[in-house]
Amino acid sequence: MHELPVIKSVLDICIRHARINSANKILSIDLSVGEMSDIEPEWVQRYFDYVCKGTIAEGAKLIIERTPVLFQCDKCSHQFNIDINKIKTLKCPACGDDKCTLISGREYYISNMGVI
Amino acid sequence: MESIRLIEVKEGILSDNERLADELRKQLAEKKTFLLNLMASPGAGKTSLILKTIDALKNDFRIAVIEADIDSIVDSEKVAETGIPAVQLRTGGFCHLDASMVKKGIDTLDLNSFDLVFIENVGNLVCPAEFDTGAVKKVMILSVPEGDDKPLKYPLMFTVCDVLIVNKIDFLELSDFDTQKLKERVIALNPKIKIIEVSCRTGQGINIWADWLRNEVSAFIGRPV
Repeated sequence: MHELPVIKSVLDICIRHARINSANKILSIDLSVGEMSDIEPEWVQRYFDYVCKGTIAEGAKLIIERTPVLFQCDKCSHQFNIDINKIKTLKCPACGDDKCTLISGREYYISNMGVI
Repeated sequence: MESIRLIEVKEGILSDNERLADELRKQLAEKKTFLLNLMASPGAGKTSLILKTIDALKNDFRIAVIEADIDSIVDSEKVAETGIPAVQLRTGGFCHLDASMVKKGIDTLDLNSFDLVFIENVGNLVCPAEFDTGAVKKVMILSVPEGDDKPLKYPLMFTVCDVLIVNKIDFLELSDFDTQKLKERVIALNPKIKIIEVSCRTGQGINIWADWLRNEVSAFIGRPV
């Protein structure tokens, strides 16, 4: 679905950073992807292999780390992780209040890349 | 042999879109134009809800609609029949709208002439949830025939929306849709979401939705109605 424009965006950002750092070739890219984002690592690599042809990132390996879903309680500010596939009701484990705000778990983020 | 270096990138992939969405939101706030992003599956009743809402609020606000479709103009024709300006965006195969596409639609409207602009997003519960369009509020529709299990299948959409409209409640007695179960599943994902049950066909519940939206728009534009 929207993987292709997202992956094109990854490539553009990486090439820009490679230029800034005078790198000749991108070998690997570390991506952080929230557990709440619907992203299939296998497809992401396949799309990337397609868009990176003829660029300095051709052949680069994507290393995808899934980051957990983190909520913060509105009442007591306690932060806690949830497993999105198992959760039935959202409640703060510290005070039991059910008004909580999503802090992270939706991100698509490039943390590092390996270059020569 | 050159050695491998590690470069810190620390950049969000959707950051360009988010920046553009924030700029658009600022521009709309200055012009006092309330932008609403309406999302749902194909056939859930997006166009029907917009038509019903126009009917309820046309004397209170100056309204326009931005319609997104992969490749057709049927929805904008339906809206234009009401006399409300409709901008059709053809996404050309794209499954969602992003801020740059919405900005193209917004730029065709004279914002001094509108209080409320609807975005009818592409029919899809997956991709539109990921992309900030610059809207003030995000509203989704789930219709009864789609089933009460959709929050389990598309959690992100239910998490990002401010309001869930449950449409086609006139079908409830013909289905095994469990409204209570749906509400529990949705609130588990998003305790702050407002759930409004309506039938665009019979008009049931539309007044509750219209009242909510009237209050929101009125507060945003700073004009009581």
